[in-house]
Amino acid sequence: MTTTIEKDKTELFTAEIRAEIDRWIAKYPTEWKQSAVMGALMVVQDNNDGWLSTQLMDQVAAYLDMPSIAVYEVATFYSMYELKPVGKHKICVCTNVSCMTNKSDVIVEHIEKKLGIGFGQVTEDGRFSLKEVECLGACGGAPMMQIGKQYYENLTPEIVDAILEGLE
Amino acid sequence: MANEVCLRTLDLERPWLLEQYQSRGGYAMLKKILTEKMAPEAIIEEVKKSGLRGRGGAGFPTGLKWSFISRNAPGQKYVVCNSDEGEPGTFKDRDILRYNPHQLIEGMIIAGYAIGATRGYNYIRGEFWEPYERFEQALEDARNAGFLGENLLGSGFDFELHAHLGAGAYICGEETALLESIEGKKGQPRYKPPFPAHFGLYGRPTIINNTESLASIPMIMEKGGEWFADIGVKNSGGSKLFSISGNINNPGVFEIPMGTPFSELLAMAGGMKEGHKIKAVIPGGSSAPVIPGEQMMELNMDYDSIAGAGSMLGSGAVIVLDESNCMVKILERMSYFYHEESCGQCTPCREGTGWLYRVVHRIETGQGRQEDLDLLDDVASKISGKTICALGDAAAMPVQGMLRHYRDEFQYHIDHKRCMTGVG
Ligand SMILES: Cc1cc2nc3c(=O)[nH]c(=O)nc-3n(C[C@H](O)[C@H](O)[C@H](O)COP(=O)(O)O)c2cc1C
Ligand code: SF4
Ligand code: FES
Repeated sequence: MTTTIEKDKTELFTAEIRAEIDRWIAKYPTEWKQSAVMGALMVVQDNNDGWLSTQLMDQVAAYLDMPSIAVYEVATFYSMYELKPVGKHKICVCTNVSCMTNKSDVIVEHIEKKLGIGFGQVTEDGRFSLKEVECLGACGGAPMMQIGKQYYENLTPEIVDAILEGLE
Repeated sequence: MANEVCLRTLDLERPWLLEQYQSRGGYAMLKKILTEKMAPEAIIEEVKKSGLRGRGGAGFPTGLKWSFISRNAPGQKYVVCNSDEGEPGTFKDRDILRYNPHQLIEGMIIAGYAIGATRGYNYIRGEFWEPYERFEQALEDARNAGFLGENLLGSGFDFELHAHLGAGAYICGEETALLESIEGKKGQPRYKPPFPAHFGLYGRPTIINNTESLASIPMIMEKGGEWFADIGVKNSGGSKLFSISGNINNPGVFEIPMGTPFSELLAMAGGMKEGHKIKAVIPGGSSAPVIPGEQMMELNMDYDSIAGAGSMLGSGAVIVLDESNCMVKILERMSYFYHEESCGQCTPCREGTGWLYRVVHRIETGQGRQEDLDLLDDVASKISGKTICALGDAAAMPVQGMLRHYRDEFQYHIDHKRCMTGVG
């Protein structure tokens, strides 16, 4: 019985993805595989153009011996998991107080105009999506944004242009 | 006296490297503790003497917290570090992770030794990818140098440490929500009691401390609790990292003695931008009640001074606002945040934060009603103290602070459907 489960699991993800998830699993006590769910979802999302489908969440559940519903609960609770397709570059602009008082609204308007999208939308060519985020713990560099894993601080419209043009 | 504790390697090139940390005496204290087999009680005593209070916001004495663990109880115990850094305005733990990760690691190992824990986790907020990678590298280097793993330096003491990565949820900074999150669940706070010291991670005795608290430990042990206490003032031992931002010339993180006058901190941060006049200061993260600028200029950066003005030092996140800011708009943004981030478990918080936001929003957009200010007072008081975790209070306090000091500005908005002249 166990062997069939093992066999199924090796078919779930590529070897690289499995190895990355296994690295997360190894951080926690053996009886707490579930602790790896957040790391696993991030790995899987990163390898799926930045979002999670139901099928992928089910596969994470199977891989970690968790009920699917427990994985959905986690995926819907945390704001960094995306349950719909996003742009190749997910632009996250902070609009909390320190950024707001340093004119994050100018940055937001500039990006909206430049890309023709608002918060929660994706450009037609699928290259960019825009998201409003809460304080990212970089208020000293306000106004700031995150694209992918990278922080960009002390923004002006000109700096934003240069950053966006520099992305593939 | 600046950058003496958590940022003591900042002037070095690539200060985050193991050899750089060791060039300043890093890990020497751990070696001493392990080779001399120092009594764990003596460590806790030293931490108590230092007057170190939790740097995550609540200011609970760290030594006292550690003494709640029954060291000799059988089974696994845990040391957990809170690097979730989500309180708006706070950006100091990011610098510890980026620039001095080894001091945090050493602090966590010493904490583990003191309470009899052999495993630790550092919970790093999901957006902090760069600090996370830096910390992971530091863990690997520490492991290779024999500071992590089994039988450390032949002492018989084992300690393993890992980093957990969050995924975007302010509430996970609350200690029990954070534990739930490490367990692979939604980050919803637990009822307390039981406290983590008795029932923590995986149901085991756990101490949970802020990044800055734990990173302060190696220096406290090296130079002594008294040395640390003497840097600061009564009831506020040590130095503290202040993240100062807003309408100032040189925002950033400053490690300075507790009790430093706010005016000096403001000067270090380059003063007000474009020569504007200071209007107000949020002295300890966005949940700390606002203090008018003039009053703030007379206060010192320590727990008692800020508390005496009706606010709190919190996480040491200082948001400085100039006269161009409309306080209604500021409060609207903060209320939106708490409403967004409420985990929804308890009714007063879930419903109350929604009410607060909607009422401030309608005042801001010119739809305010005469009864709205009393309504805000009422809703805020119905949240305070009636929720499972302190997010409810965190949402209510800024409202109370704003109405205490800027009621006329809110009233003006209701009467005239716009900002007071000269304001935003
Ligand atoms: C809503 C909420 C958010 C919090 N966020 C953080 C945080 O980001 N970082 C932190 O260290 N403590 C945070 N805390 C405080 C923790 O619950 C806890 O008191 C702290 O980590 C204990 O460490 P300390 O005693 O060293 O400060 C938060 C508390 C609440 C109620
Ligand atoms: S106070 Fe708010 S955030 Fe805290 S447990 Fe209750 S609903 Fe959740
Ligand atoms: S307010 Fe934008 S990073 Fe903190």
